[in-house]
Amino acid sequence: MTRLFTPKVVTANDLLDGDVVWLTEDGRWSRSIHEAELLEDEAHATIRLLLAQSQGRRVVGAYLADARSGEHGPEPVHFREAFRTRGPSNYSHGKQGGI
Amino acid sequence: MYAYNDFDEAFVRERVAQFRAQVERRINGSLTEDEFRPLRLMNGLYLQLHAYMLRVAVPYGTINPTQMRQLAHIAEAFDKGYGHFTTRQNIQFNWPKLRDLPDILDALAEVQMHAIQTSGNTIRNVTADHFAGAAADEIEDPRPYPELLRQWSTDHPEFQFLPRKFKIAITGSPNDRAVTKAHDIGLRMVRSADGVPGFEVIVGGGLGRTPMVGKVIRGFLPTGELLPYVEAVVSVWNLLGRRDNKYKARIKITVHEHGLDEIRRLVEERFAEIRPSFSGVDPQLLAGFKQHFAGPDLAVRPVDAFDAARRADPAFRSWSDTNLAAHRAADYAIVTISLKKPGATPGDATSAQMRAMARIAETYGHGELRISHEQNVILPHVHKSDLPAVYRALREADLASANVGLVSDIIACPGMDYCALATARSIPVAQEIAERFDALKLDHEIGPLKIKISGCIYACGHHHVGHIGILGLDRAGVENYQITLGGDGTEDMVLGDKTGPGFSYDEISDAVERIVRAYLALRLSQAETFLQAYKRVGLEPFKAALYDREAQADAA
Repeated sequence: MTRLFTPKVVTANDLLDGDVVWLTEDGRWSRSIHEAELLEDEAHATIRLLLAQSQGRRVVGAYLADARSGEHGPEPVHFREAFRTRGPSNYSHGKQGGI
Repeated sequence: MYAYNDFDEAFVRERVAQFRAQVERRINGSLTEDEFRPLRLMNGLYLQLHAYMLRVAVPYGTINPTQMRQLAHIAEAFDKGYGHFTTRQNIQFNWPKLRDLPDILDALAEVQMHAIQTSGNTIRNVTADHFAGAAADEIEDPRPYPELLRQWSTDHPEFQFLPRKFKIAITGSPNDRAVTKAHDIGLRMVRSADGVPGFEVIVGGGLGRTPMVGKVIRGFLPTGELLPYVEAVVSVWNLLGRRDNKYKARIKITVHEHGLDEIRRLVEERFAEIRPSFSGVDPQLLAGFKQHFAGPDLAVRPVDAFDAARRADPAFRSWSDTNLAAHRAADYAIVTISLKKPGATPGDATSAQMRAMARIAETYGHGELRISHEQNVILPHVHKSDLPAVYRALREADLASANVGLVSDIIACPGMDYCALATARSIPVAQEIAERFDALKLDHEIGPLKIKISGCIYACGHHHVGHIGILGLDRAGVENYQITLGGDGTEDMVLGDKTGPGFSYDEISDAVERIVRAYLALRLSQAETFLQAYKRVGLEPFKAALYDREAQADAA
C-alpha cells in the first residue's frame, strides 16, 4: 500500500543564531511558519528540500515537517513542531518572547 | 582545587584559537555542516530545538567563586541571564550565537574553564561525589583521580573516535552519591583488608535505552594503578565495542554480549601488557594534584550561634534540617543550596544568583563551590556559626528553599523545551509536581523522596533510579509519561519497575499525587521512607492507586 503524502513545510535552524526558520515559496527563510510554503505534492516537496539542503551557508539541518493549512497560513501538526514555532514553556524566550 | 599550569593554559587557549578559525570557516562557507559538526561537538556546542547550546565542563563538579562569577557574566553578556546546571555536573547555556562562541570560550579560558569533551564519542567530564573533600563518611578526597583522568583523556589519541561516548564517575565514600553504578566505569573507593585505600572498579552500568546496573570487574584496585587499568578497560572496549549500531555501542552492551568474565580476562591481559609502559609519571602527577586539593584550614570557633538560631527561627530550623549534611569536622556543615524552588526550573540559576553564591562561598565557605548531579549547588565547608548568615544571604538571593531530598527536589532534563532529541517535555512536569506538593504543604510529611524526570529514553534525568521515575514519550503524536517506582541510585542501585500504561501531560501530576498518597496511607510510620515502603509492599498497592481509580473514573 502506498503511503498517502501529507502536506509539509521545509524547516531548519538559522546558521548564525540557531533560530527556527521555514522556507517560503519565493525561496526566503522566514522566522514564521505562517509564511512557509505549504507543500502538498511529494515530488515538489523533495525538490524544495534539496534546495534547502544546498543552502548550508544559511541554515542547518533542513527537513520536511508535517503541516496543515490554517487561518494565517501553514500551522504545525506535531507538538514538537508547535514548540518550535514558540519557544520553551518555562520562560518567555525564543519566538514567543521576541527571541 | 586544581590550578592550570602553563601547559594547560596554552592548550586551552590554542583550542579556542582553533575553534575561532573553524567557526569563521563555517560562516564563510569553507566548511560544510557535516565537516563542522564534529568540530563543534568536540567543543561542547550543540544545535538544539530553538538555538545553539553550549555545555561547559565543571570538572568533577568543582568550581570556585571567580569561575562562578564568570559564568554569571557569560550568561548576561552572551545569553539570557541564566545558566542550567545539569545531571552531569556541567552548566549549559541555552541561547548562545555562533559568532559569539569563540569569545565565550575565551572568557571561560580566562578562568581556567573549557567545554572540551563535553560532547562527542570521547571520554566525557568525569563526575564525582559533590561532597568530596568534606563528607564525614569519606575515605579520601577522590578529586585528584578525576583530574588525572581528565588530563590523560583530553585529546588522548587512542580515544578520540570511540564507538560511543564514555562516562566515568568516582566517589571517595562507601555511600555512593555519584551514581557510579550507572556509568561506563564507576570508581568507588574502598579499603583493602589491611586498611589501604583503593578502588572497587565497576563497569558496564548505564541508563538510557537499555538500563543496566554496573558490575564489579575488579574488587580492589590499588590507587597507583588507576590510570593503566582504566586505559585497559577503554582500550578493550574501543576494539570490541560495536560501531555498526549506535544503540549497541556503549560498553554496557559489550559487557552484556561478551560476558563480564571474558571482559575481565581481556582487561587484565591488556592491563598486564600496558602496565610496564606507565613509567611512574602518573603517581608523581597524582601526588602533585593531591596538594592542589588539600582542604581549607578549618576554623575552631564556638557553634552557639547555630544552636541559638535553630531555637529562635523555625524557617532556619527547617532549612537546616533538610539542606545540611555531615561534615568531617564536627563544627562544620556541608550546605546544599537548592536550585529547586517550587515552580522554578530545576537546575537553573540567574546571573544574580550565581554571583550571590560566589559571594557567600567567599565570605563563609572557604571559597569552595560544587555542582551536584542532582542539579543543586554545594558549599562544602561552612562553619556552623556562619550558617544563620548563610541562610539570610541565600534568602536574599531567593535560594533558601528548604527541600533538599524532598518531593520538590526534582531532577529533570531540559526535555522538549530545549533538547532536539527529546520526545516530551520534562521541565513543566517538574514545575507542576513541585508546586502541587508545595501547595499541599506535604513535603516534610512525605520525607525523603527522589523524583527524576527524563524527556526521552536517553535518561539524562536518571528516571530509572528515581524513587518515582517519569519518562516522557511521544505516543502517536501526544506527550505520554511512563512511571517507574522503586529505583535507587545509591551503592545498592536498583532500576525502577514500570507501573503500566503511561499518563498524559494533564494527568501526570495527579498520578504522582496518587502514588504519594498511597504511600502515606500504607507506611508503617513516618520513619518508613517511600523507598523502604516500596521494598516492603511492592508494586501492587501503587498500581491499584494509579489505575483502579482510573477505571472508576472511566466507569463514572
